This record gives sequence, C-alpha cells and structure tokens, in this order.
Amino acid sequence: MSESSASALPPGRPSRQPAVHPENLSLDSSCFSSPPVNFLQELPSYRSIARRRTTILSRDKQSGTLLKPTNSYSSQLKDGIAANLSSQSIREYALNISEKRRLRDIQETQMKYLSEWDQWKRYSSKSWKRFLEKAREMTTHLELWREDIRSIEGKFGTGIQSYFSFLRFLVLLNLIIFLIIFMLVLLPVLLTKYKITNSSFVLIPFKDTDIQCTVYPVSSSGLIYFYSYIIDLLSGTGFLEETSLFYGHYSIDGMKFQNFTYDLPLAYLLSTIAYLALSLLWIVKRSVEGFKINLIRSEEHFQSYCNKIFAGWDFCITNRSMADLKHSSLRYELRADLEEERIRQKIAERTSEETIRIYSLRLFLNCIVLAVLGACFYAIYVATVFSQEHMKKLSDLFQKIVITGWAWWLTPVIPALWEAEVGGSPGHEIRISLANTLGAYSPSYSGGLFCSRLLVTYFYGQTICWIGAFFSPLLPAIATLKFIIIFYVKEWSLLYTCRPSPRQFRASNSNFFFLLVLLIGLCLAIIPLTISMSSIPSSKACGPFTNFNTTWEVIPKTVNTFPSSLQSFIYGVTSEAFAVPFFMIICLIMFYFIALAGAHKRVVVQLREQLSLESRDKRYLIQKLTEAQRDTRN
Amino acid sequence: MGGSGSRLSKELLAEYQDLTFLTKQEILLSMYVVSAPHLVDNEQQARSGNEHTGTPIAERANGSPLSARAHRRFCELLPQEQQSVEASLRAQVSFERILSLPELKANPFKERICRVFSTSPTRDRLSFEDFLDLLSVFSDTATPDIKSHYAFRIFDFDDDGTLNREDLSQLVNCLTGESEDTRLSASEMKQLIDNILEESDIDRDGTINLSEFQHVISRSPDFASSFKIVL
Repeated sequence: MSESSASALPPGRPSRQPAVHPENLSLDSSCFSSPPVNFLQELPSYRSIARRRTTILSRDKQSGTLLKPTNSYSSQLKDGIAANLSSQSIREYALNISEKRRLRDIQETQMKYLSEWDQWKRYSSKSWKRFLEKAREMTTHLELWREDIRSIEGKFGTGIQSYFSFLRFLVLLNLIIFLIIFMLVLLPVLLTKYKITNSSFVLIPFKDTDIQCTVYPVSSSGLIYFYSYIIDLLSGTGFLEETSLFYGHYSIDGMKFQNFTYDLPLAYLLSTIAYLALSLLWIVKRSVEGFKINLIRSEEHFQSYCNKIFAGWDFCITNRSMADLKHSSLRYELRADLEEERIRQKIAERTSEETIRIYSLRLFLNCIVLAVLGACFYAIYVATVFSQEHMKKLSDLFQKIVITGWAWWLTPVIPALWEAEVGGSPGHEIRISLANTLGAYSPSYSGGLFCSRLLVTYFYGQTICWIGAFFSPLLPAIATLKFIIIFYVKEWSLLYTCRPSPRQFRASNSNFFFLLVLLIGLCLAIIPLTISMSSIPSSKACGPFTNFNTTWEVIPKTVNTFPSSLQSFIYGVTSEAFAVPFFMIICLIMFYFIALAGAHKRVVVQLREQLSLESRDKRYLIQKLTEAQRDTRN
Repeated sequence: MGGSGSRLSKELLAEYQDLTFLTKQEILLSMYVVSAPHLVDNEQQARSGNEHTGTPIAERANGSPLSARAHRRFCELLPQEQQSVEASLRAQVSFERILSLPELKANPFKERICRVFSTSPTRDRLSFEDFLDLLSVFSDTATPDIKSHYAFRIFDFDDDGTLNREDLSQLVNCLTGESEDTRLSASEMKQLIDNILEESDIDRDGTINLSEFQHVISRSPDFASSFKIVL
C-alpha cells in the first residue's frame, strides 16, 4: 500500500506514513479494513491544509506562465487575476516569509494587467490600511501603564495580567467620573469663587425655614489637640466638613455669567446621573465579550474541555516556577473536571429514594444557614438600637465589634455547611466569593496577594464610591488615588517577592467574574441613590437643593421652563400612554430574536448530522475505490 | 562589508513590517534577542567558526535594545561570505540556542514550535526570518485565523494533518507536566480524549481536522490571550 501511494504524495513531504488507528472508524464500518491514506491525502479538502503547497500557491504556478497574455485571453485573465488578488493582506496568509515574498512579487506583477481604476483602488486601500495601523499604534502608546502590564504579562502570565488590567480599569473609571463631576460642578464654582471669570453667585434665600435650623456647629474653636487635625484628615470630620469635599458646601443656586445663568442644582443632579450611566455603559461594554462567550458556552456543547486543552497553556509564561505551578494547576483542574463528570453520571443513576433523602438533607442545612444569618442580622439590629440609645461614645466601636465578630465566625462555618452536602462538588469561585462577601468586614487578609477577600474589598470600595460621590463630590478623586497606590504596591510586591498566588485563574473567567461583581455593585449603588433622590426630602439647611422638596424636583422645574412644544413632547414621552406600547413592542422584538435563535440552533444540529453522514459516505466510497483498484490490478 | 551591514536597512525593516504582524520595535528587539547570545563569549565562538552551539545563554542585558551593535556583532561572528545583511539574516541558528531563550525555555511545546517554523531541509535550524515568523504568529495583532492554523500544526505531533488520539494524548501529557508521575492515568486519559472528541469532532471520524479545530478555537475565549509571546 505504501509503495503505490508514494507517487500520490505531494512532493517535498516527509515520506512517513501516518498510523491509522482502528478508532478512526465508526462502529458501523468496522467490517471494512482500514481505508488507504493516499486517497484521503489526495482530497482537495486535505490539500488545502498541506504544508508545502497551498491552493494560493498552486494558482500562482498557473499565473506564472501568463506573464505575456494574448488578446483573446485578456478578459478571462482579468477575472482570474482579480479573483487571485483577494483583498486579504499578505501577512494574513499562513506561509513563511520567503513564500510570502514570492506571493507578493507575483501579485505585484499581476497588478500591471489590471485597469487603472482597479490599480488605484488597491493602492488606496493598502495605504488606508497602513494609516489605520499607524493610528492604532499611536493610540496604544497612550495607554496608561502599558509597559508595566506587558512586562507582568511576559513574566507571570495572562491570569495575573488580567488582575492588573482590571485595576487599571478601576483607576480610569474613577478618574473619568471625577472629571465629569469636576467639569459640571466644581469648575464653575471655582471659577466664580476665585474671580477668574466675571460671574457671581446667585443665592436665593430659603423661605419657611427657621434660621436656627440652618446653624451647624462644626468644631470647637480655640485650643484643640494637634492630633485632632490628623484624625479629622483621615476621617473627614472637623475642618474638612466645611470644605468642598462635602455636599453641604454647595449651597448655591446658580452662577450668573454674562449671557446666561448656570443652574448649579441641575448640574449637580445631571452629573450624578451622567456618571452612573457612564459606569453602567462602560462596564457592560467591557463585559460584552465575556457574556457572549458564556452564553454560547451554555447553549451548545459544553466546551470546557476543549478550551482547557487547546487554550490551556499560557505561552507567556517564562518563569520556571510559574510553569510548574501552571502544570500542577492544569492537572488538578482536569482531574477535578473528570471527577465531577463521573459524579454527575453517578447522580444520573440515582434511585428516587436516594434523591429524596439528599434533597431533604440539603433543605435542612440551608434552613440552618438562613437561621444563623437571621440571628446575625437581628443581633446587629439590637446592637445598633442599643448603642444609639445608650452609649454615644462607644457606639461605633460596639457596632464594629458585633459585626466583625459575626462575620469572623460565619465565614468558615457557612462554606463548611455548603460543602457538606452529599455529592457536592468542589467549590467554585462564586460560592467562595459569596462567603467572602460576609467576611468583607474581617480585618485579617490571608491567602497571598490576590486572594478573593482583597478583591471583594475593592468592589465594596467602588460601590461606596458610587453612592458617596453624590454626597461628596471629591470622593472619586480619592478613590483614583487609592487604586493608583494599590496598583504600584501590588506590582512592586509581585516583582520583588515573586510569589504568585497558589490558585491559578484563567484570564477570561476572572475578567467575566470581576465585571459581573462590579455590575452587581453598581446596581446596589443605584438603589439607595434613586430612593434618596426621589423620595427623601433634601436638606433645607445646606446643599444645592434647599429650594426643592426632593432632589428630583429640579428636573420638572427645568422642564417647565422649556418652550411649550418641547414640554408637551417630553410629557408625552414620559407618560404611560407611550411607555406601555413601547414596552410591548420591545417584548415582541425580543420574542422574535428568541425564535430566530431557536431556528438557527435547529439548523446547526441538522448540519452536524449531515456532516457526520457525509464523512461516513466518504470513507465508504474510498473503501470501495480501493477495492476496485485492487481488483483491476489483480 | 561589515560597516555597511551594521544595521537593518529601512527598506528591509519596512518589508518585514509588511510581511509580518510585528512592529518596528519588535523586529529590532528580536534581532537583539537572536544575537544576544553572541555578546557573551564571542571570541570563543569566533574561533569555533560557523557552528554556534552549546555555550550557555547569558541573561539578557537590561537596557534598551542595542539593535545596531548587536547586528554588527552577529555579522562579525559569521565567516566573510555571510557578512552582508541578507546573508546574515539567512544564517541558521541551531535549536539549542533558540530553545534556551527565556521566552521558550519554560514552554512544553518548544520543540514543536521550532520544528514547525523551521524552513531548513533538515528542519533542525532556524534562520532569523523563521524567528520573525514565529514572533509574528505569536504577537498580539496576529489574526485568530493565523494563530489557529499554526496552533493546529504545533499540536499535530505526527505531522499527518489531523489530530488523532495519539496527538491528543501527547498534547495532554505536555500540559500536565514532563515527568512520569505527573501524567494522567490511562482511564482518565481515555475519558478526557473521549470528551474532547465529542466536543470538537463534528464529522465523527475520530480525528480533528483543521476546520473543526478552527471552529472550536473560534469559540474558545482564552485562546487569543494565551497563544501569545511577549518579547
């Protein structure tokens, strides 16, 4: 078999015959002897991936003889050449450099036979692509910390790099939020206060409030201990309460510039809405990739094995110890997945009696967990009430002790209860992080540089920043500084201790996880803000909303100053008569897309069946051909 | 001859930028990386002539890439007839030298990578252009098509154009570690390969061909970020 097929092999290939395994055949074709490999290698689909020759180069061989066309063939040639010169750039061919050079030379000689218009089109598209590339290169230089993160990626792999690029994202997000607040609120105030522009404050005196309500004693004047300044600086009390750090400083109703009056309350509210909307859009945009892939993953064949094997090794790893860690973590993960699959098979084979037993045990354990949580919350409630009534000074400390104590005790207990489920599989990241959310108050950080407890504190901090930016406009700047400091501290400790965390995490999983938790934090931040803006009456003593009943009232009052046509348009759009049909139309569109997706899925399943049938047909036909060939030779 | 060949000409740099996914800095840096070994112990190597084998690689010097000086050194070490720029670029470097580069040292696929990118007839040496090809495929800006094409060739241990069970089991052994005690047991391996084939073998012939592989890779979220070498 191997002698007769030698001539059929494309030239230049090593003359090894690949082994043919019995598993290549399906069970149905087990009665056939193994199909000869030479026919398989002659198939066009195989040749398209052969090493030394590609379909592109074989076409070039033909066109090499067409350098001097005759007139009768010119129109045919034009089509052939145009088809050959695809719009793909040279570098996207899977050839080595010398072959790419040859291909480029051939393409350039062929260009002469195109019309002027085609030549100009190709030339302009090439130069446009080059320009885009240069522009892209320029913009990558503007990226913050690009060199640092690339060197970390080169030394420690992409899992740890994703952590640092997430920190960079937090820095940029807080910086942009601060810039929004600065442009809309702080800048006009500063311009007017320091008389840089010719503007003045507009202060509308508040009516129907007692003057006594507006007095706010800040701190005792006269001799105070020196350390109280430091304590004030760190906790935002004392002298800081009168600065522009806090909401109460902005008791201004507007700034009168030359041509217009700048409405500060409206600007304050709009800046809040703007930064919340921006955060939401940015996080959703960044996580679109992860969501899409996770949606695809859960829909069709569960692809975790292929992803772990084919994309499992991180080619960026250069450190020997990191490589050993990666090997062992891959081993552990593969074994854990295989184990989990075996358990799942076992579960599928359970009898109904066992199932009832297991579910009742689970229900019982969850009730215990909920009872413990309820007791914890009740204790915190009692502690808060008690401390507010009695001990003023020790109240904060008492609260902290109770909360921390409960959190400390709960954190190891609850995962142990969850893990004790019969047939439970090893904990995944979500479960661990939920347990850690309770322990976020705990002051002890064990587990290395990148443990999930530290990450949870970042999310918690960011949520607080979102809520607090409404009440303290400079808070995002403080958060930016905090994350910058954390970035450098983490980077230096990573580079100098060189001891990455024992748990390796994959870049895509961790990206998706970070952004999901951040999104949850944002939703949690939006809820108290909307409640306070719409229902809770704003302070009458200080702040920009002293003349309004609630913060939200600024908007209707502003809308009332618009021209009447615009007013009626806005009222129409926000009324129920518009919202309900709009909602129904959105639902219809959603149902349409769901139906479309279902139809596509069915088509894909049919195509897969078709492909496997075709493959079996192919092998059957090859078998018949070989037999026929053997018969004619005999 | 040595003086004029002391740096890569602008045309050559532009040509390499056209033909690969690398930026100018990356091309110059790779020149430096390939010739850096010669910065140490260069007299000994000059005496030993064309064979550049065996001497251990020094750690890469900190500091900016000294591309011009490095290339000149690289040229000086070659015999007279190879000292023009083009010839030096085609000079072959043996596998041991390439395999001890820090980027590839800890990689379990390093031999396969060198074998796939080598264009010499004996397939045991890499020229500078092969090295550029290697870096181009592993750079950030390479298209997923190119990456998956070369990944397929790297994972195809027996070079037959398909990934069969043998290839997959060798692949898994590379991933889990190099010594005997790090391998999966035979039953675990069989279960794993069955799962992989079930997920990726669309036409159910027991092997994964290039289009099936590319289909699987296109839906793998980690591939683009893990199939990357940062110089």
